[in-house]
Amino acid sequence: MVKRQQAEAINLYKLARREQLLQQAFTNTRLLWGSLLAILLLVVALFAPWLSTYKPLEVDIVNRLAGPSTQHLFGTDNFGRDVFSRVLHGLRNSVQVGFIASLLASAIGLVVGLYAAMYRWLDQLLMRIMDALFAFPAILLAIAIMAALGASMLNLMMCLAIVFIPSVARIVRSSAVVAKQQAYIEAQRAIGSSDTRMIWQHIMPNTLPALIVQGSFVFAESIIVEAALSFLGAGIPAPTPSLGNQLSEGKMFIFQSWWMTLFPGIALIVAVLAVYLLGDGFRDLLDPHTAKKGHAKALYKRLSGLNQAGKEGTAS
Amino acid sequence: MAIYVLKRLLALVPTLFIMSVIVFIIIYLIPGDPARVMLGDGADEATIQQVREQMGLNQPVLPQYINWISGALQGNFGESYFLGKSVMAAIGEHAGPTFSLAVLALLLSLCTAIPLGIAAAKHQGGLADKLLTAFSLLGMAIPGFLLSLFLVLLFAVKLKWLPVSGYASLQDGVWSYLKHLILPAVSLSPLMGAIIARMVRSSMLEVMNQSYVKTARAKGVSEHRVIYKHVLRNALIPIITVTGGAFGTLLAGAAVIETVFNIPGLGQLLVHSVARRDYAVIQGIVLFIAFLYVAVNLIVDLLYVVADPRVRLE
Repeated sequence: MVKRQQAEAINLYKLARREQLLQQAFTNTRLLWGSLLAILLLVVALFAPWLSTYKPLEVDIVNRLAGPSTQHLFGTDNFGRDVFSRVLHGLRNSVQVGFIASLLASAIGLVVGLYAAMYRWLDQLLMRIMDALFAFPAILLAIAIMAALGASMLNLMMCLAIVFIPSVARIVRSSAVVAKQQAYIEAQRAIGSSDTRMIWQHIMPNTLPALIVQGSFVFAESIIVEAALSFLGAGIPAPTPSLGNQLSEGKMFIFQSWWMTLFPGIALIVAVLAVYLLGDGFRDLLDPHTAKKGHAKALYKRLSGLNQAGKEGTAS
Repeated sequence: MAIYVLKRLLALVPTLFIMSVIVFIIIYLIPGDPARVMLGDGADEATIQQVREQMGLNQPVLPQYINWISGALQGNFGESYFLGKSVMAAIGEHAGPTFSLAVLALLLSLCTAIPLGIAAAKHQGGLADKLLTAFSLLGMAIPGFLLSLFLVLLFAVKLKWLPVSGYASLQDGVWSYLKHLILPAVSLSPLMGAIIARMVRSSMLEVMNQSYVKTARAKGVSEHRVIYKHVLRNALIPIITVTGGAFGTLLAGAAVIETVFNIPGLGQLLVHSVARRDYAVIQGIVLFIAFLYVAVNLIVDLLYVVADPRVRLE
């Protein structure tokens, strides 16, 4: 009898919580705008081949560097390729690279963060490596890795994942450390749960909100770094369209054709903005504590990992 | 104090060690023989052997690393095969423009961020606050190199007010120097500016809630004096820290923007070295900037302690 009442109470609570979350989701303007833009982005990424009016590699020398017109919405580039179609395919590639890279970084970062929080000796080892990786400016480390691996989409995804693992691992670790100190974890230990069960069944769910938020920021930053790398010639190799290498071609013809710079540029901003807003919205929704603490501090934490690392080092 | 400094320095040793290992093993990520990859398909066996010898690739890994790191600690990052000079000399030649750009961008972002942050903190939810939100969102969403392309389109191509690219050193006159650096610096500053402004706002708000601010107000100190003398002064420390913390991002950003403006800085050297597969230079630059970043953070941390002795006790 008591058990049934308990179960009912828990169900009621879950329902109320779900309703509350839904309500918050609809009053959260950032999340709303972010979702709208993200859906647009997703549609473009999935259906780029059907939405584009030309093939992205279709060369038309007679019509090279033609301005925007009804035939070529965003004009044509130095090979007479349709800029609109190339922007759509570029977005598709950028989103694909960024998404897979951030997924990889999140998965590996989750494992590293959870196990570092659980075992002290692993913590020292893993987090030192993470601190060191984190101390490099992301773009520089990525350029060096890409120079060694060689430019290709697959290498780019691996490279971005390596660069962004530490930022995920640190966030996961810090929320896992908090979760570990809760009384119910103590209780789990007392009744003899295995470490694996404790980590994955009880601690991991507590780190999910922070992981989702950080994962979406990593997604946005991957898109930026990918664009910068491709712009510098160390990312997606031409002629495969990417927003970065289109901008680099645009720079060469900046005097003749502004459309080669403007349209890929705006596409890049929209993509990054969509993911950032989504991440911000997620944070307000899932992680109200850090949201209240303010964006500046979260941003600062992400940017100056070393400071924190040094202090943690001396404290322990 | 001395003990604190020593402790902080010691805490950095493992981090620096692992950083150097990361940079070192980048060579091992190269598929195949690094010397062969570097020289391309046309190279003959003798030259490849010579370069292998020069790069120390014939030795086992451990002596290789020890050689390399003991050189690096003395400021010797090896020789560039393509440039025919030491990596350090190449870095020295290219560091000036990058620093000019980074410092100018930093000044610019401080000059805009501090007033904006103060105004936003004074009137929460007011116009300045909303401006700050928009500014920081855009600062994060527009990468510096993209903003620089847009600015070039507007100010150099359409309006023709400023040069499209190039660099002039201070010896060529202050005006010429600034004219070439203003667009790169403006495109680099929003991200930094956004971070600093948000920090100014949040740390001022925190101080404003302190009881000594209430006391100051209660005894009739003017609002102006409260803000600048009592609040801003105590809010400065986190602002300094965040500025130092973002320095590495600034240097890396400068490296990317340089290539847009053809500024002969570290970034251009890096990009050319990537195209040439000049791994010694790539490793040298990455390690140089990373160490610099660590050093700046350390200095900022120590300044923090000088300014606020309570930190030492934590």
